[in-house]
Amino acid sequence: MQSPARSWREIPQRYRLEAAKCARCGFICFPPRLICPECGAREFGPHKLAESGKVLTYTVIRVAPQPFCDQSPYAVGIAELDDGVRLTAQIVDCDPAALKVGMRVRIEFRKVSEEGEAGVIYYGYKLVPE
Amino acid sequence: MRDVAVIGVGMTKWGELWEKSLRTIFVETALLAVEDAGIDKIDSMYVGCMSSGLFAGQEHIGSLFADYLGRKPVPATRVESACCSGGLALRQGFIEVASGMSDVVLVGGIEKMTDVGGNEATYALGTAADQEYEGFHGLTFPALYAMMAVDHMHRHGTTREQLAMVAVKNHENGSRNPLAQFPFKVTVDMVLKSVLVADPLRILDCSPITDGAAAVILCPADMARKLKKPVVRIAGSGQATDTIALSSRKDLSWMESTHLAAKAALAQAKRKIGDMDLFEVHDCFTIAEIMIIEALGLVKKGQGGKAVEDGLTAAGGKFPVNASGGLKAKGHPVGATGVAQAVEVVEQLRGHAGERQVKGAKRGLTQNMGGTGGSAVVHVFEAE
Repeated sequence: MQSPARSWREIPQRYRLEAAKCARCGFICFPPRLICPECGAREFGPHKLAESGKVLTYTVIRVAPQPFCDQSPYAVGIAELDDGVRLTAQIVDCDPAALKVGMRVRIEFRKVSEEGEAGVIYYGYKLVPE
Repeated sequence: MRDVAVIGVGMTKWGELWEKSLRTIFVETALLAVEDAGIDKIDSMYVGCMSSGLFAGQEHIGSLFADYLGRKPVPATRVESACCSGGLALRQGFIEVASGMSDVVLVGGIEKMTDVGGNEATYALGTAADQEYEGFHGLTFPALYAMMAVDHMHRHGTTREQLAMVAVKNHENGSRNPLAQFPFKVTVDMVLKSVLVADPLRILDCSPITDGAAAVILCPADMARKLKKPVVRIAGSGQATDTIALSSRKDLSWMESTHLAAKAALAQAKRKIGDMDLFEVHDCFTIAEIMIIEALGLVKKGQGGKAVEDGLTAAGGKFPVNASGGLKAKGHPVGATGVAQAVEVVEQLRGHAGERQVKGAKRGLTQNMGGTGGSAVVHVFEAE
Protein backbone atom coordinates (compact mmCIF):
# COMPACT_ATOMS: atom_id res chain seq x y z
CA MET A 1 0.00 0.00 0.00
CA GLN A 2 1.33 3.43 -0.91
CA SER A 3 1.29 6.73 0.95
CA PRO A 4 -1.64 8.93 -0.18
CA ALA A 5 0.95 11.67 -0.75
CA ARG A 6 2.21 9.81 -3.80
CA SER A 7 -1.11 10.28 -5.55
CA TRP A 8 -2.18 13.73 -4.29
CA ARG A 9 1.07 15.25 -5.47
CA GLU A 10 0.04 14.29 -9.03
CA ILE A 11 -3.45 15.83 -8.71
CA PRO A 12 -2.66 18.98 -10.74
CA GLN A 13 -1.80 16.77 -13.73
CA ARG A 14 -4.31 13.95 -13.27
CA TYR A 15 -7.38 15.99 -12.25
CA ARG A 16 -6.75 19.39 -13.81
CA LEU A 17 -4.55 18.52 -16.82
CA GLU A 18 -1.96 21.12 -15.83
CA ALA A 19 1.10 21.20 -18.08
CA ALA A 20 4.02 23.63 -18.35
CA LYS A 21 4.78 25.72 -21.43
CA CYS A 22 8.41 26.68 -22.01
CA ALA A 23 8.77 30.48 -21.84
CA ARG A 24 11.55 30.41 -24.44
CA CYS A 25 10.58 27.88 -27.15
CA GLY A 26 6.92 27.21 -26.38
CA PHE A 27 7.32 23.43 -25.97
CA ILE A 28 4.60 22.00 -23.74
CA CYS A 29 5.79 19.55 -21.07
CA PHE A 30 3.31 17.01 -19.71
CA PRO A 31 4.03 16.17 -16.98
CA PRO A 32 5.74 19.48 -16.12
CA ARG A 33 9.53 19.39 -15.88
CA LEU A 34 12.16 21.70 -14.38
CA ILE A 35 14.20 21.82 -17.60
CA CYS A 36 12.78 22.04 -21.14
CA PRO A 37 13.84 18.91 -23.07
CA GLU A 38 13.83 20.86 -26.34
CA CYS A 39 15.84 24.01 -25.50
CA GLY A 40 17.14 23.64 -21.93
CA ALA A 41 15.30 26.72 -20.58
CA ARG A 42 14.11 26.66 -16.97
CA GLU A 43 11.23 29.12 -17.08
CA PHE A 44 7.71 27.94 -17.76
CA GLY A 45 4.23 29.38 -17.88
CA PRO A 46 1.00 27.50 -17.08
CA HIS A 47 -0.81 25.53 -19.78
CA LYS A 48 -4.00 23.50 -19.60
CA LEU A 49 -4.05 20.55 -21.98
CA ALA A 50 -6.39 20.54 -24.97
CA GLU A 51 -9.23 18.15 -24.16
CA SER A 52 -9.51 16.53 -27.60
CA GLY A 53 -7.15 14.82 -29.97
CA LYS A 54 -6.56 11.74 -32.07
CA VAL A 55 -5.32 8.21 -31.35
CA LEU A 56 -1.77 7.54 -32.62
CA THR A 57 -1.61 3.92 -31.52
CA TYR A 58 -3.51 1.55 -29.22
CA THR A 59 -3.81 -1.97 -27.88
CA VAL A 60 -6.19 -4.10 -25.84
CA ILE A 61 -4.62 -5.47 -22.64
CA ARG A 62 -5.68 -9.07 -21.90
CA VAL A 63 -3.10 -9.88 -19.20
CA ALA A 64 -3.24 -7.11 -16.61
CA PRO A 65 -1.05 -6.13 -13.66
CA GLN A 66 -2.44 -6.58 -10.13
CA PRO A 67 -4.67 -3.50 -9.57
CA PHE A 68 -6.22 -3.81 -13.05
CA CYS A 69 -6.93 -7.57 -13.13
CA ASP A 70 -10.69 -7.17 -12.70
CA GLN A 71 -10.83 -4.62 -15.56
CA SER A 72 -9.25 -6.77 -18.29
CA PRO A 73 -9.64 -6.78 -21.21
CA TYR A 74 -9.27 -3.00 -21.49
CA ALA A 75 -8.04 -0.70 -24.24
CA VAL A 76 -5.19 1.79 -23.88
CA GLY A 77 -3.62 4.17 -26.35
CA ILE A 78 -1.33 7.09 -27.00
CA ALA A 79 -3.23 10.18 -28.10
CA GLU A 80 -1.93 13.37 -29.66
CA LEU A 81 -4.02 16.23 -28.29
CA ASP A 82 -4.92 19.24 -30.40
CA ASP A 83 -2.14 21.27 -28.71
CA GLY A 84 0.44 18.68 -29.84
CA VAL A 85 0.92 17.00 -26.42
CA ARG A 86 1.03 13.19 -26.43
CA LEU A 87 -0.22 11.17 -23.50
CA THR A 88 -0.96 7.56 -22.58
CA ALA A 89 -4.34 6.57 -21.11
CA GLN A 90 -7.13 4.02 -21.21
CA ILE A 91 -9.66 4.30 -24.06
CA VAL A 92 -13.13 3.59 -22.68
CA ASP A 93 -16.84 3.53 -23.67
CA CYS A 94 -15.76 1.95 -26.93
CA ASP A 95 -15.90 -1.46 -28.62
CA PRO A 96 -12.24 -2.62 -28.78
CA ALA A 97 -12.90 -3.90 -32.31
CA ALA A 98 -13.77 -0.34 -33.39
CA LEU A 99 -10.41 1.15 -32.35
CA LYS A 100 -8.52 2.84 -35.19
CA VAL A 101 -5.37 4.88 -35.66
CA GLY A 102 -6.47 8.48 -36.20
CA MET A 103 -9.84 8.18 -34.43
CA ARG A 104 -10.95 11.32 -32.55
CA VAL A 105 -11.08 11.13 -28.76
CA ARG A 106 -11.74 13.51 -25.88
CA ILE A 107 -10.46 13.48 -22.30
CA GLU A 108 -12.85 12.61 -19.46
CA PHE A 109 -12.26 12.48 -15.71
CA ARG A 110 -12.70 8.91 -14.43
CA LYS A 111 -11.78 6.47 -11.67
CA VAL A 112 -8.60 4.64 -12.76
CA SER A 113 -7.93 2.02 -10.05
CA GLU A 114 -8.07 1.38 -6.32
CA GLU A 115 -5.83 -0.23 -3.75
CA GLY A 116 -7.97 -2.89 -2.10
CA GLU A 117 -10.96 -2.16 0.14
CA ALA A 118 -9.31 0.39 2.46
CA GLY A 119 -6.65 1.88 0.19
CA VAL A 120 -6.46 4.97 -1.97
CA ILE A 121 -8.89 5.31 -4.89
CA TYR A 122 -7.04 6.70 -7.89
CA TYR A 123 -8.72 9.12 -10.31
CA GLY A 124 -7.43 10.59 -13.53
CA TYR A 125 -8.06 11.10 -17.23
CA LYS A 126 -9.27 8.56 -19.76
CA LEU A 127 -9.92 8.84 -23.48
CA VAL A 128 -13.46 8.51 -24.89
CA PRO A 129 -14.34 8.40 -28.61
CA GLU A 130 -15.89 11.70 -29.79
CA MET B 1 42.77 2.58 -22.73
CA ARG B 2 43.91 -1.06 -22.66
CA ASP B 3 42.49 -3.70 -25.01
CA VAL B 4 40.11 -5.97 -23.14
CA ALA B 5 39.48 -9.68 -23.79
CA VAL B 6 36.87 -12.16 -22.63
CA ILE B 7 38.74 -15.20 -21.30
CA GLY B 8 35.96 -17.11 -19.59
CA VAL B 9 32.27 -17.65 -20.21
CA GLY B 10 29.62 -19.54 -18.27
CA MET B 11 25.93 -20.24 -18.67
CA THR B 12 23.67 -22.82 -17.05
CA LYS B 13 20.37 -24.28 -18.31
CA TRP B 14 17.61 -21.64 -18.17
CA GLY B 15 14.00 -22.22 -17.25
CA GLU B 16 11.73 -22.48 -14.22
CA LEU B 17 14.37 -23.45 -11.66
CA TRP B 18 12.14 -24.24 -8.68
CA GLU B 19 14.81 -26.10 -6.72
CA LYS B 20 17.45 -23.38 -7.03
CA SER B 21 17.74 -20.07 -5.16
CA LEU B 22 18.97 -16.73 -6.47
CA ARG B 23 22.40 -17.17 -4.90
CA THR B 24 22.81 -20.80 -6.01
CA ILE B 25 22.01 -19.97 -9.63
CA PHE B 26 24.58 -17.17 -9.54
CA VAL B 27 27.37 -19.19 -7.95
CA GLU B 28 26.91 -22.22 -10.23
CA THR B 29 27.08 -20.00 -13.31
CA ALA B 30 30.00 -17.85 -12.13
CA LEU B 31 32.01 -20.99 -11.34
CA LEU B 32 31.64 -22.17 -14.94
CA ALA B 33 33.12 -18.88 -16.16
CA VAL B 34 35.99 -19.10 -13.64
CA GLU B 35 36.77 -22.68 -14.72
CA ASP B 36 36.62 -21.70 -18.39
CA ALA B 37 39.04 -18.80 -17.78
CA GLY B 38 41.44 -21.12 -16.00
CA ILE B 39 42.74 -18.45 -13.63
CA ASP B 40 41.88 -18.30 -9.96
CA LYS B 41 41.99 -14.54 -9.52
CA ILE B 42 39.18 -12.00 -9.45
CA ASP B 43 39.94 -8.36 -8.67
CA SER B 44 36.40 -7.02 -8.93
CA MET B 45 32.83 -8.09 -9.73
CA TYR B 46 29.82 -6.56 -11.44
CA VAL B 47 26.32 -8.05 -11.32
CA GLY B 48 23.55 -7.00 -13.68
CA CYS B 49 20.12 -7.52 -12.12
CA MET B 50 16.91 -5.62 -12.71
CA SER B 51 14.83 -6.32 -9.65
CA SER B 52 15.93 -8.96 -7.17
CA GLY B 53 14.01 -6.86 -4.63
CA LEU B 54 10.63 -7.32 -6.30
CA PHE B 55 11.29 -10.82 -7.67
CA ALA B 56 13.03 -12.37 -4.65
CA GLY B 57 12.80 -9.81 -1.82
CA GLN B 58 16.58 -9.51 -1.84
CA GLU B 59 18.71 -6.44 -2.49
CA HIS B 60 22.43 -5.95 -1.73
CA ILE B 61 23.29 -8.85 -4.01
CA GLY B 62 26.77 -7.71 -5.03
CA SER B 63 28.08 -8.50 -1.56
CA LEU B 64 25.88 -11.58 -1.17
CA PHE B 65 27.27 -13.12 -4.35
CA ALA B 66 30.90 -12.16 -3.60
CA ASP B 67 30.53 -13.90 -0.24
CA TYR B 68 28.85 -17.08 -1.59
CA LEU B 69 31.36 -17.25 -4.44
CA GLY B 70 34.10 -17.33 -1.80
CA ARG B 71 35.57 -14.02 -3.00
CA LYS B 72 34.90 -11.73 -0.03
CA PRO B 73 36.28 -8.97 0.28
CA VAL B 74 36.59 -8.16 -3.48
CA PRO B 75 34.65 -5.07 -4.61
CA ALA B 76 31.26 -6.14 -6.00
CA THR B 77 28.84 -3.72 -7.67
CA ARG B 78 25.28 -4.30 -8.79
CA VAL B 79 24.20 -2.53 -11.98
CA GLU B 80 20.57 -1.77 -12.83
CA SER B 81 19.04 -0.48 -16.04
CA ALA B 82 15.90 -2.62 -16.37
CA CYS B 83 16.35 -5.37 -19.02
CA CYS B 84 19.62 -3.71 -20.04
CA SER B 85 21.23 -4.37 -16.63
CA GLY B 86 23.41 -7.26 -17.85
CA GLY B 87 24.76 -5.39 -20.85
CA LEU B 88 25.57 -2.39 -18.67
CA ALA B 89 27.33 -4.60 -16.10
CA LEU B 90 29.48 -5.87 -18.98
CA ARG B 91 30.23 -2.29 -20.02
CA GLN B 92 31.23 -1.36 -16.45
CA GLY B 93 33.56 -4.37 -16.29
CA PHE B 94 35.01 -3.44 -19.68
CA ILE B 95 35.64 0.14 -18.51
CA GLU B 96 37.29 -1.06 -15.28
CA VAL B 97 39.72 -3.35 -17.12
CA ALA B 98 40.34 -0.90 -19.97
CA SER B 99 41.11 1.89 -17.50
CA GLY B 100 43.72 -0.17 -15.66
CA MET B 101 41.84 -0.05 -12.34
CA SER B 102 41.56 -3.86 -12.28
CA ASP B 103 43.02 -6.75 -14.27
CA VAL B 104 40.53 -9.59 -13.83
CA VAL B 105 36.85 -8.73 -13.55
CA LEU B 106 33.91 -11.13 -13.25
CA VAL B 107 30.71 -9.87 -14.85
CA GLY B 108 27.53 -11.75 -14.02
CA GLY B 109 23.89 -11.19 -14.90
CA ILE B 110 20.96 -12.82 -13.15
CA GLU B 111 17.22 -12.81 -12.56
CA LYS B 112 15.17 -15.24 -10.47
CA MET B 113 11.64 -14.50 -11.67
CA THR B 114 9.49 -17.48 -10.66
CA ASP B 115 9.48 -16.93 -6.88
CA VAL B 116 6.51 -14.58 -7.44
CA GLY B 117 3.23 -15.16 -9.28
CA GLY B 118 2.47 -14.03 -12.84
CA ASN B 119 0.68 -10.81 -11.90
CA GLU B 120 3.46 -9.81 -9.52
CA ALA B 121 6.08 -10.56 -12.18
CA THR B 122 4.11 -8.43 -14.66
CA TYR B 123 4.09 -5.62 -12.07
CA ALA B 124 7.83 -5.96 -11.38
CA LEU B 125 8.64 -5.79 -15.11
CA GLY B 126 6.25 -2.84 -15.44
CA THR B 127 8.42 -0.76 -13.10
CA ALA B 128 10.78 -0.31 -16.07
CA ALA B 129 8.10 1.90 -17.66
CA ASP B 130 7.08 5.38 -16.42
CA GLN B 131 5.19 4.40 -13.29
CA GLU B 132 3.27 7.69 -12.87
CA TYR B 133 2.25 8.18 -16.51
CA GLU B 134 2.17 4.66 -18.03
CA GLY B 135 1.94 2.15 -15.17
CA PHE B 136 -0.68 4.31 -13.42
CA HIS B 137 -3.06 3.74 -16.35
CA GLY B 138 -2.62 -0.04 -16.33
CA LEU B 139 0.01 -0.28 -19.07
CA THR B 140 2.14 -3.44 -19.27
CA PHE B 141 5.26 -4.18 -21.30
CA PRO B 142 3.44 -6.32 -23.84
CA ALA B 143 1.01 -3.38 -24.20
CA LEU B 144 3.77 -0.86 -24.85
CA TYR B 145 5.38 -3.09 -27.48
CA ALA B 146 1.94 -3.84 -28.93
CA MET B 147 1.43 -0.09 -29.42
CA MET B 148 4.83 0.09 -31.14
CA ALA B 149 3.74 -2.82 -33.36
CA VAL B 150 0.44 -1.11 -34.28
CA ASP B 151 2.39 2.03 -35.22
CA HIS B 152 4.94 0.06 -37.27
CA MET B 153 2.21 -1.89 -39.06
CA HIS B 154 0.18 1.26 -39.74
CA ARG B 155 3.06 3.38 -41.07
CA HIS B 156 5.32 0.78 -42.69
CA GLY B 157 2.90 -1.96 -43.73
CA THR B 158 4.51 -4.62 -41.52
CA THR B 159 2.24 -7.67 -41.38
CA ARG B 160 1.03 -9.87 -38.54
CA GLU B 161 2.66 -12.85 -40.30
CA GLN B 162 6.03 -11.08 -40.44
CA LEU B 163 5.91 -10.64 -36.65
CA ALA B 164 5.23 -14.36 -36.31
CA MET B 165 8.19 -15.18 -38.55
CA VAL B 166 10.56 -13.65 -35.97
CA ALA B 167 9.30 -16.16 -33.38
CA VAL B 168 9.51 -19.03 -35.89
CA LYS B 169 13.13 -18.14 -36.78
CA ASN B 170 14.25 -17.72 -33.18
CA HIS B 171 12.61 -20.96 -32.03
CA GLU B 172 14.22 -22.74 -35.00
CA ASN B 173 17.61 -21.42 -33.80
CA GLY B 174 16.77 -22.13 -30.16
CA SER B 175 15.96 -25.76 -30.96
CA ARG B 176 19.73 -26.17 -31.45
CA ASN B 177 20.61 -24.59 -28.08
CA PRO B 178 20.66 -27.13 -25.22
CA LEU B 179 20.60 -24.37 -22.58
CA ALA B 180 17.47 -22.70 -23.99
CA GLN B 181 14.28 -22.64 -21.92
CA PHE B 182 12.09 -23.53 -24.92
CA PRO B 183 14.28 -25.47 -27.38
CA PHE B 184 11.47 -26.42 -29.76
CA LYS B 185 10.19 -25.20 -33.11
CA VAL B 186 6.96 -23.30 -33.71
CA THR B 187 5.07 -22.50 -36.91
CA VAL B 188 3.49 -19.25 -38.10
CA ASP B 189 0.12 -20.91 -37.59
CA MET B 190 0.93 -21.79 -33.97
CA VAL B 191 1.96 -18.18 -33.27
CA LEU B 192 -1.19 -16.78 -34.89
CA LYS B 193 -3.41 -19.16 -32.92
CA SER B 194 -1.72 -18.61 -29.54
CA VAL B 195 -3.55 -16.63 -26.88
CA LEU B 196 -3.72 -12.82 -27.15
CA VAL B 197 -1.74 -10.88 -24.55
CA ALA B 198 -2.05 -7.31 -25.91
CA ASP B 199 -3.43 -7.02 -29.45
CA PRO B 200 -1.85 -7.75 -31.88
CA LEU B 201 0.80 -9.52 -29.75
CA ARG B 202 0.12 -13.10 -28.71
CA ILE B 203 1.90 -15.23 -26.14
CA LEU B 204 4.25 -16.66 -28.80
CA ASP B 205 5.30 -13.10 -29.70
CA CYS B 206 6.55 -12.58 -26.12
CA SER B 207 9.77 -13.62 -24.42
CA PRO B 208 9.05 -15.76 -21.35
CA ILE B 209 9.48 -15.44 -17.58
CA THR B 210 12.77 -17.19 -16.82
CA ASP B 211 15.18 -18.02 -14.00
CA GLY B 212 18.80 -17.93 -15.08
CA ALA B 213 22.23 -16.39 -15.04
CA ALA B 214 25.26 -15.89 -17.27
CA ALA B 215 28.82 -14.84 -16.50
CA VAL B 216 32.02 -13.77 -18.25
CA ILE B 217 35.58 -13.09 -17.07
CA LEU B 218 37.39 -10.07 -18.53
CA CYS B 219 41.10 -9.26 -18.50
CA PRO B 220 43.60 -7.17 -20.48
CA ALA B 221 44.10 -8.65 -23.99
CA ASP B 222 47.87 -8.87 -23.34
CA MET B 223 47.26 -11.09 -20.32
CA ALA B 224 44.91 -13.31 -22.36
CA ARG B 225 47.55 -13.77 -25.08
CA LYS B 226 50.16 -14.81 -22.49
CA LEU B 227 47.72 -17.38 -21.07
CA LYS B 228 47.51 -18.89 -24.56
CA LYS B 229 43.72 -18.74 -24.46
CA PRO B 230 41.60 -18.12 -27.56
CA VAL B 231 41.41 -14.34 -27.51
CA VAL B 232 38.08 -12.63 -28.14
CA ARG B 233 38.41 -8.88 -27.67
CA ILE B 234 35.67 -6.39 -26.81
CA ALA B 235 36.51 -4.00 -29.63
CA GLY B 236 33.78 -1.46 -28.96
CA SER B 237 31.19 -0.50 -26.36
CA GLY B 238 28.39 2.04 -26.79
CA GLN B 239 25.53 3.13 -24.58
CA ALA B 240 22.66 5.61 -24.95
CA THR B 241 19.47 6.70 -23.23
CA ASP B 242 16.04 7.78 -24.45
CA THR B 243 12.80 8.84 -22.72
CA ILE B 244 11.39 5.95 -20.71
CA ALA B 245 7.82 7.08 -21.49
CA LEU B 246 6.94 5.87 -25.00
CA SER B 247 4.51 8.78 -25.53
CA SER B 248 7.41 11.28 -25.24
CA ARG B 249 9.13 9.91 -28.38
CA LYS B 250 8.73 11.68 -31.69
CA ASP B 251 8.72 8.34 -33.56
CA LEU B 252 6.82 5.62 -31.70
CA SER B 253 8.46 2.67 -33.47
CA TRP B 254 12.08 3.73 -33.94
CA MET B 255 14.77 2.64 -31.45
CA GLU B 256 16.93 5.76 -31.26
CA SER B 257 18.96 4.66 -28.21
CA THR B 258 19.92 1.41 -29.99
CA HIS B 259 20.83 3.38 -33.12
CA LEU B 260 23.13 5.70 -31.13
CA ALA B 261 24.69 2.95 -28.98
CA ALA B 262 25.51 0.91 -32.12
CA LYS B 263 27.02 3.94 -33.81
CA ALA B 264 29.27 4.58 -30.79
CA ALA B 265 30.34 0.93 -30.40
CA LEU B 266 31.12 0.52 -34.11
CA ALA B 267 33.06 3.80 -34.17
CA GLN B 268 35.17 2.64 -31.23
CA ALA B 269 35.81 -0.70 -32.96
CA LYS B 270 36.53 1.11 -36.27
CA ARG B 271 34.06 -1.20 -38.00
CA LYS B 272 30.88 -0.95 -40.05
CA ILE B 273 27.69 -2.85 -39.30
CA GLY B 274 28.21 -4.95 -42.45
CA ASP B 275 31.55 -6.19 -41.06
CA MET B 276 29.74 -8.22 -38.39
CA ASP B 277 29.23 -11.95 -38.93
CA LEU B 278 26.47 -12.42 -36.34
CA PHE B 279 24.14 -10.46 -34.09
CA GLU B 280 22.58 -11.22 -30.70
CA VAL B 281 19.76 -8.72 -30.19
CA HIS B 282 17.05 -7.98 -27.63
CA ASP B 283 13.94 -9.65 -29.09
CA CYS B 284 11.83 -9.26 -25.93
CA PHE B 285 8.86 -9.20 -28.36
CA THR B 286 8.80 -10.13 -32.05
CA ILE B 287 8.24 -6.49 -33.05
CA ALA B 288 11.37 -5.52 -31.07
CA GLU B 289 13.68 -7.55 -33.32
CA ILE B 290 12.16 -5.90 -36.40
CA MET B 291 12.73 -2.41 -34.98
CA ILE B 292 16.25 -3.30 -33.78
CA ILE B 293 17.55 -4.55 -37.14
CA GLU B 294 16.36 -1.23 -38.60
CA ALA B 295 18.04 0.81 -35.84
CA LEU B 296 21.31 -1.13 -36.24
CA GLY B 297 21.28 -0.27 -39.94
CA LEU B 298 20.99 -3.84 -41.25
CA VAL B 299 17.96 -2.68 -43.26
CA LYS B 300 16.27 0.65 -43.98
CA LYS B 301 13.65 2.10 -41.61
CA GLY B 302 10.36 0.30 -42.12
CA GLN B 303 11.92 -2.69 -43.94
CA GLY B 304 12.52 -4.93 -40.89
CA GLY B 305 9.43 -7.08 -41.36
CA LYS B 306 10.17 -7.76 -45.02
CA ALA B 307 13.81 -8.60 -44.15
CA VAL B 308 12.67 -11.33 -41.77
CA GLU B 309 10.23 -12.67 -44.37
CA ASP B 310 13.05 -12.75 -46.97
CA GLY B 311 15.31 -14.78 -44.64
CA LEU B 312 17.95 -12.04 -44.35
CA THR B 313 18.29 -12.68 -40.59
CA ALA B 314 17.92 -16.49 -40.61
CA ALA B 315 20.74 -18.78 -39.46
CA GLY B 316 21.98 -19.19 -43.02
CA GLY B 317 21.08 -15.64 -44.10
CA LYS B 318 23.31 -12.65 -44.86
CA PHE B 319 22.95 -11.31 -41.29
CA PRO B 320 22.32 -14.14 -38.79
CA VAL B 321 20.33 -12.64 -35.91
CA ASN B 322 19.88 -14.51 -32.62
CA ALA B 323 21.58 -17.79 -33.50
CA SER B 324 21.17 -18.65 -29.79
CA GLY B 325 17.37 -18.58 -30.06
CA GLY B 326 17.23 -15.04 -28.71
CA LEU B 327 15.17 -13.99 -25.72
CA LYS B 328 12.19 -15.66 -27.37
CA ALA B 329 13.40 -19.28 -27.21
CA LYS B 330 16.43 -19.11 -24.93
CA GLY B 331 14.47 -17.28 -22.23
CA HIS B 332 14.71 -13.80 -20.72
CA PRO B 333 15.87 -13.65 -17.10
CA VAL B 334 16.04 -9.89 -17.53
CA GLY B 335 19.31 -9.02 -15.77
CA ALA B 336 21.09 -12.05 -17.27
CA THR B 337 20.17 -11.43 -20.90
CA GLY B 338 22.87 -8.87 -21.77
CA VAL B 339 25.62 -11.09 -20.36
CA ALA B 340 24.23 -14.22 -22.03
CA GLN B 341 24.37 -12.44 -25.40
CA ALA B 342 28.12 -11.94 -24.81
CA VAL B 343 28.50 -15.62 -23.83
CA GLU B 344 26.86 -16.67 -27.12
CA VAL B 345 28.98 -14.37 -29.30
CA VAL B 346 32.22 -15.48 -27.58
CA GLU B 347 31.27 -19.17 -28.05
CA GLN B 348 30.52 -18.46 -31.72
CA LEU B 349 33.78 -16.56 -32.29
CA ARG B 350 35.73 -19.38 -30.64
CA GLY B 351 33.97 -21.80 -32.99
CA HIS B 352 32.45 -23.68 -30.04
CA ALA B 353 28.73 -23.14 -30.76
CA GLY B 354 28.05 -26.72 -31.83
CA GLU B 355 25.03 -27.31 -34.03
CA ARG B 356 24.19 -23.60 -34.22
CA GLN B 357 27.70 -22.45 -35.19
CA VAL B 358 27.76 -19.56 -37.68
CA LYS B 359 30.50 -20.75 -40.03
CA GLY B 360 33.74 -18.78 -39.95
CA ALA B 361 32.37 -16.09 -37.59
CA LYS B 362 35.14 -13.66 -36.59
CA ARG B 363 33.17 -10.61 -35.47
CA GLY B 364 29.89 -10.31 -33.62
CA LEU B 365 27.63 -7.66 -32.13
CA THR B 366 25.37 -7.70 -29.09
CA GLN B 367 22.46 -5.29 -28.50
CA ASN B 368 20.68 -5.18 -25.14
CA MET B 369 18.01 -2.66 -24.14
CA GLY B 370 15.89 -1.61 -21.18
CA GLY B 371 12.15 -0.99 -21.14
CA THR B 372 10.84 0.22 -24.49
CA GLY B 373 14.35 1.41 -25.36
CA GLY B 374 14.91 3.97 -22.58
CA SER B 375 18.39 2.48 -22.32
CA ALA B 376 20.49 0.54 -24.81
CA VAL B 377 23.98 -0.88 -24.90
CA VAL B 378 25.86 -2.39 -27.85
CA HIS B 379 29.14 -4.30 -27.82
CA VAL B 380 31.37 -5.36 -30.71
CA PHE B 381 33.48 -8.52 -30.28
CA GLU B 382 36.38 -9.69 -32.45
CA ALA B 383 38.32 -12.95 -32.46
CA GLU B 384 42.09 -12.77 -32.92
